[in-house]
Amino acid sequence: MGRYVIRRLVQMVPVFLGATFLIFVMVYAIGDPVSGLFGDRGPDPATAQALREEFDLDEPLPLQYVLYMGKIFTGDFGTAFNGQPVTQLMEHAFPISFRLMLVALVLEVVLGIALGVITGLRRGRSLDTSVLVATLVVIAVPTFVLGTTVQYVLGVKLGWIDPAVSPDPRLDELLVPGLILSLVSLAYVTRLTRTSVAENTRADYIRTAHAKGLPRRRVTVRHLLRNSLIPVVTYLGADVGNLMAGAIVTERIFNIQGVGYQLFQGILRQNSPTVVGFVVVLVLIFLLANLLVDVLYAVLDPRIRYV
Amino acid sequence: MRPRARLCSVIAGTAALALAAAACGGGDGGSGGGDGVVRASWGDPQHPLEPANTNEVQGGKVLDMIFRGLKRYDPESGEAEDAMAESIETDDQRHFTVTIEDGWTFQDGTPVTAESYVDAWNYGAHVDNAQVASYFFQFIEGYDEVHPTEEGQRPTADTLSGLEVKDDRTFEVTLSEPFSLWPETLGYAAYAPLPRAFFDDHEGWLAKPVGNGPYKIDSYRQSQGMTLSRYADYAGPDRPRNNGVELRVYTDNNTAYTDLQAGNLDVIDDVPAGQLANAENDLGDRYINQPAGIIQTLSFPLYDRGWRGEEGRKLRQGLSMAIDREQITSRIFHDTRTPAGDFTSPVLGDNGGFDRGLCGDVCSYDPDRAKDLIDEAGGLPGGSVTITSNVDTGSHRQWMDAVCNSVNNALDQRDACTVNPVPTFADFRNRVAGHEMNGMFRTGWQMDYPLIQNFLQPLYYTDASSNDSGYSSGEFDDLIDRANAQGDEGEAIDTFKDAERVLVHDMPAVPLWYQNGTAGFSERVSDVRLNPFSVPVFTDIKVG
Repeated sequence: MGRYVIRRLVQMVPVFLGATFLIFVMVYAIGDPVSGLFGDRGPDPATAQALREEFDLDEPLPLQYVLYMGKIFTGDFGTAFNGQPVTQLMEHAFPISFRLMLVALVLEVVLGIALGVITGLRRGRSLDTSVLVATLVVIAVPTFVLGTTVQYVLGVKLGWIDPAVSPDPRLDELLVPGLILSLVSLAYVTRLTRTSVAENTRADYIRTAHAKGLPRRRVTVRHLLRNSLIPVVTYLGADVGNLMAGAIVTERIFNIQGVGYQLFQGILRQNSPTVVGFVVVLVLIFLLANLLVDVLYAVLDPRIRYV
Repeated sequence: MRPRARLCSVIAGTAALALAAAACGGGDGGSGGGDGVVRASWGDPQHPLEPANTNEVQGGKVLDMIFRGLKRYDPESGEAEDAMAESIETDDQRHFTVTIEDGWTFQDGTPVTAESYVDAWNYGAHVDNAQVASYFFQFIEGYDEVHPTEEGQRPTADTLSGLEVKDDRTFEVTLSEPFSLWPETLGYAAYAPLPRAFFDDHEGWLAKPVGNGPYKIDSYRQSQGMTLSRYADYAGPDRPRNNGVELRVYTDNNTAYTDLQAGNLDVIDDVPAGQLANAENDLGDRYINQPAGIIQTLSFPLYDRGWRGEEGRKLRQGLSMAIDREQITSRIFHDTRTPAGDFTSPVLGDNGGFDRGLCGDVCSYDPDRAKDLIDEAGGLPGGSVTITSNVDTGSHRQWMDAVCNSVNNALDQRDACTVNPVPTFADFRNRVAGHEMNGMFRTGWQMDYPLIQNFLQPLYYTDASSNDSGYSSGEFDDLIDRANAQGDEGEAIDTFKDAERVLVHDMPAVPLWYQNGTAGFSERVSDVRLNPFSVPVFTDIKVG
């Protein structure tokens, strides 16, 4: 297992370099960000030149990349065009998005798996059908619509929550945004668990367990659920990254100053250092989350061995 | 100009994010409440908060609160009135003697002196400091030496030769050419004085800027928010009528609007486009919709052969008459735009050179005449025309579609006009600056200061900084030069209007509409209004 993890870590290096290079090229290939800083007024060449020098934009692209990566390894992610170090933006944004992700993940795991197991065990009953319809609705309606509707009803009409969260949101403030963020994934988790559970209830080892006279609860939790979770865990692993990076819509609706906000703002202002810096960290998160998932397989299913 | 829209509007504005503290518990952003503090929406400034490095509304909002320069624009009339200036005297419209009032101090206790101004202006002008609003100092003698125009050239001087400190309260300014209205430009934030601390501890100053204005900054958390309180020793007449202001950064002005409805916010200064139709219903008389110093135009690539000459002129005038401005401003913009009848803005007032009738028939919708003119010119170059703009912000896509429909209907031809969308603003500006346009393209102008000169010279003077269409007219340039040299303000403005008539004849750009500033406020506050730059006049706002 140790060797397997090390091998995976080594494999990450080329993936990391490749992914960051592609992102770097794509962001910087959009064009010269400096002229955007001057608004509709044509930039005066001397000031534009001074700004380009400041951000290394006058070098050829591959060299810019090398310079950039060199700085990253010393912990310097560059400076956003508003003069703030990108690391400072990250320090603030990542913990917030992480909290939001955590809330969403917990909701999605607890509610999704519970609903999945219940519906999987009662296939075809009315509860199963209603949950299926509900998940279909959630998947079909865009987050934007659900989010703003919930925000308006709970925030303005009923006054139960603040429509926007504070700059350093506490977990309870993130409950509603987290729920909105997790809804689509929650629906998928429910459906995945349901299918998987439904399939495994007919498996030989479940019949054996019942035949041994094990209590139902133990059969469901220890035997059925554990084996049914593999596809769900795969999905959740990939979803950790998605929840952190993909919260742009939710973060905008509830004014959460997390990763999605910084990315959105960075893209809009063509603030390349911000965009590349954040994406680089997100790439790392994706890679590590996937590694974690692969290791978890072995825990869930003893038949899987890594060498 | 500051582009508004860059983010939100720069041409419109920018947008933003923030916090909400209130009901659910309020984070440490402070939840406002009964302490006389105004809670207002804000957007993350695009540049560090240096006076000469700010060219958009969000940064400008803060500078307007923490700084007072020599002049201040009256929120109502837009006229430049003395703030710190005791007198600005000149005999030849070129050499000015500036005397500042006694008794002004920065919020760190140091006095504001003539040197505070001269040092600040030298800093703002110098190319090494890469200040985006450097061009404000271009009129001062010696600008070319500290800020060469060509890429790669090095400055040959450290300070502007046209600035000279006489004593603590007096300094002399020499301009490179006569410019009669120059003192009127001094209300812009770029001309603010700076304390020694700005130069001695630059990082520290940026983390918590110190100025000489009616408010001082208590805390500033970049990209999250700012709290300001009254500056007790403020020496100007416009002392705040509230205890302070809390600016909250919002990512999306829709969220700010929702927060306003929920009572968690007092002032928003940019009503989201999607809510314009409801704003009057939702807010009633707490909805503000008043002219701002912004005009939207469509420019032509005069560097392109198809748009040149007498035929090009007829084409341009014809296209102008093919646009149904009335309908578009009311249907798409819900009357937050007014059809344009000249090249300036209503905020100038009739005395300042605004004249809605100046453009006359050429800016009125007349589809038959439009078709005739375009036919006379031999039809559109290549049979059709495009409108190019970035489409990442504002309602650009919608109004461009509407303009094209209007042109198509007038010409009775389905594909005469098509929209050419560009994904980002920076990309669009690159193409415009690179003279890569071959059809009409969107140009917008937000004034730097409420002077007719600012709506004409930077945009249409030969080789001017924002002359995107490449327009060049000896007659126009001549009239602008004459106007700038005139000692009498009224005569100067008349001459500027003559220059504007040349534009109506030549039509290097089609005036579309004047843009309004929008705002909304809560029941908790009163006396909210916008200044000509569409920034709320915070000092006037009363709480409770």
